[in-house]
Amino acid sequence: MSRRLLLSAAAATALALTLAGCVPNNAGSATSIDVAIADDACDVSAAETAAGAVTFSLTNSGSDVNEFEILAEDKLRIVGEKENVTPGQTVTYTAQLGPGTYYTACKFQLIGAPVGLAEFTVTGESIAASEDEQQLIDEATANYISYIKSQTGELVPAVQEFVDAYVAGDDEKARGLFATARVPYERIEPTAEAFGDLDPMIDYREVDAVAEGLDWTGFHRIEKDLWPPAADALNSDGTSALLDWTPSTPEQRAEFGQKLVDDVQSLYDLVYADDFQVSLDDISNGAIGLLDEVAVGKISGEEDWWSHTDLYDFAANVQGAEVAFGNVEDIAAGTGDDGTALVAQISDEFAALEALLAEYGSLDGGFVSYDTVTDEQRAELSDRVNALAEPLSQLTATVLGAAG
Amino acid sequence: MAEQDRRDDSAANPAAESFSAPGTPSERVSELPSEQVTDSAERPTGISRRGLFGLIGVGAAGVAVGGAGGVGITAAVATSNGVDTARVYPFEGLHQAGIVTPAQDRLHFAVYDLDASVTRDDLIELFKDWSYAAARMTRGLEVSESGATGGSDYAPPDDTGEALDLPASGLTITFGFGPSLFTTSDGTDRFGLAAKQPSSLQPLPRFAGDALEPGATGGDLCIQACADDPQVAVHAIRNLSRIAFGRASIRWSQLGFGRTSSTSTSQVTARNLFGFKDGTANVKAEQTETVDTQVWVQRGDDVDWMTGGSYLVARKIRMIIESWDRQQLLEQERVIGRSKREGAPLSGGTEFTEMDFDATGAAGQPLIDEAAHVRLAHPSANGGAQLLRRGYNYVNGNDSLGRLDAGLFFMSYQRDPEQFITVQRSLSRDALNEYIKHVGSGIFAIPPGIENGGWIGEGLFA
Repeated sequence: MSRRLLLSAAAATALALTLAGCVPNNAGSATSIDVAIADDACDVSAAETAAGAVTFSLTNSGSDVNEFEILAEDKLRIVGEKENVTPGQTVTYTAQLGPGTYYTACKFQLIGAPVGLAEFTVTGESIAASEDEQQLIDEATANYISYIKSQTGELVPAVQEFVDAYVAGDDEKARGLFATARVPYERIEPTAEAFGDLDPMIDYREVDAVAEGLDWTGFHRIEKDLWPPAADALNSDGTSALLDWTPSTPEQRAEFGQKLVDDVQSLYDLVYADDFQVSLDDISNGAIGLLDEVAVGKISGEEDWWSHTDLYDFAANVQGAEVAFGNVEDIAAGTGDDGTALVAQISDEFAALEALLAEYGSLDGGFVSYDTVTDEQRAELSDRVNALAEPLSQLTATVLGAAG
Repeated sequence: MAEQDRRDDSAANPAAESFSAPGTPSERVSELPSEQVTDSAERPTGISRRGLFGLIGVGAAGVAVGGAGGVGITAAVATSNGVDTARVYPFEGLHQAGIVTPAQDRLHFAVYDLDASVTRDDLIELFKDWSYAAARMTRGLEVSESGATGGSDYAPPDDTGEALDLPASGLTITFGFGPSLFTTSDGTDRFGLAAKQPSSLQPLPRFAGDALEPGATGGDLCIQACADDPQVAVHAIRNLSRIAFGRASIRWSQLGFGRTSSTSTSQVTARNLFGFKDGTANVKAEQTETVDTQVWVQRGDDVDWMTGGSYLVARKIRMIIESWDRQQLLEQERVIGRSKREGAPLSGGTEFTEMDFDATGAAGQPLIDEAAHVRLAHPSANGGAQLLRRGYNYVNGNDSLGRLDAGLFFMSYQRDPEQFITVQRSLSRDALNEYIKHVGSGIFAIPPGIENGGWIGEGLFA
């Protein structure tokens, strides 16, 4: 099915989720679909249903709190979720789903990668999106918060595994985990940046930390230990790589490792706090900000100076931007023909950029080392980023026009 | 919404309607009504959604330039160097501006490659967008109606803003098409234009002494922005590049800081970085007959759509100035064939005295050396071929050896590229070759000018 249809279906879902709390459990025409939740399983009794109000009956037979998620076709953007399903509990949950491809999954203890990810197909006629802008806006922000939580939830255990290898001195394993552990972070980086001092501690490059007189910690401190520079290597600012730097001792590794784990946990606690909020322009500006990250830091290869894993960050930034865009897409499109045209152009440019990125690999299968990407290829990537960033830079004004 | 005209003062200036004073007779712009751009079915009515978003809805307002403050008004603002910075050269006319227009002091030249995804319709839309923006900027206006500050607080402004408060500064924007626009090097006809390619628009042959860098050679499209204020020229290229994002991106570009040619008898002859007057014998706008026979493509020359156009050859010529500066004065003058201070031919007289290539000295040696630059470049050595030169000095910082990365950004306009090829082949024995190398090169078909409300390339895509 076309992307357009899918996304309007997703918006309709969002609408339904708001209503879920005040709609009778048997609102759907379809019969209830059972979801058997265990600590390591998330079995949905049907893989296909008709469009409309879809009711899920969730039973948690596991040992701790769990969560049920419905994800968009990109397996990233959350279109609906039921949090805090406690052990032994059975709850019903109704979602208004338009036709399209979705994925269902659970999240044990509300942390880590989705468990039991399974394709879920909805057939039939699409459902009209809500005319109520405020409702769409409320749902866009609610779903975006869910997404930030889910990514942070994936980040915490990924970082723990990475740090464990680093602290244990298993550098080969740690090198293999470095790029992928960063992915959830890079998808939501503007959120972490909004918390002021967290991003500098988690993700500052050496040259920036030195320039600002900060203690240099986080991913990139560890990166330099894992890919130690040659004696004549230079930092990205042209200074000697060995200036004020020596390989970390085992004690320092333990210290830097724990610091990263703690900082990532702080991020998790902040976004799971009851008072964590995002506004509509936070979402659209987040999309723009992620593209700026790509244009400034990733294209030049300055981000992952020693590991050359920049394309992982690049791809994660683009995914994060696309999810943010997907959350406000229907609001933008709802502003009229100009908004519809803007949405169509942004969608096309995302597809073009992702197609180009795919020539270099994928997050699942791995990307080529960025130092093998020629200047001409970097220029081509840069052209596509620019082509997307220009229309994307108009997104905030468009969605705020709707809100205003 | 009021037109945002950064030449606000001009509206109140009664010394209007005098733009033609410096004289661009062969442009004959006065034949075309340029007071106000009117609507027509074909004309761009704003930059496309793809180009700039803030423009949505500009619609019928188009490039309407309000009343007395409109096109052609020259506020009598003279700066300390005597340049009339408020000068406006109309974008519309029989020929594109920026060719016989009296050479402005500053250049920003950019060559673009089209994105692989661009279709013929995208290309047309790009030229409409560029024409719209160029028509505004050459009038001293912001790139769109909402401009630098008139749009949403939550959207990036259409106009980048660095030319706010600056007058038009004689800005001209001249567009050209490279051979690869019509047929790529592997023979692909991307836009259904191969049949319209002028037979004379081909990549230049190799010349003796070429040291061309791929990063400064070739390209699908070019834009020459000339102005008397460098910031105005840069603003033009920057905004046109931004409009093109996703459709075309810069392949190479060059800033020029001092004109080395005069294209009008109203101008004094400028000097190049060798310290010599350059362009004394250049084709001048006032020589209308020469301009017609040497610069403008005439009907029947080639493809019809090029009638009234020209061909541009751009050559980035690096000067080895440290070596040059160590040459004795006599040697420098021998190499050029003119005296350094006056610019007179070594055969005698003053700057504008005709060359006497047969004149000999006491020992019977020619006064103008057999390998002197002026001898080999002279029309008499080239079957009468003349070039309208429009070059600029450039300095791009320094090279890795600490030498100035400096030279001449040579541009010449001619009716047929063969004129340049003839002259350049003649220069293969040039004594000057010891001090220069050609590091960049491009050839472009310069389409004719447009009527009010038209767009560059209309004839090509018709």
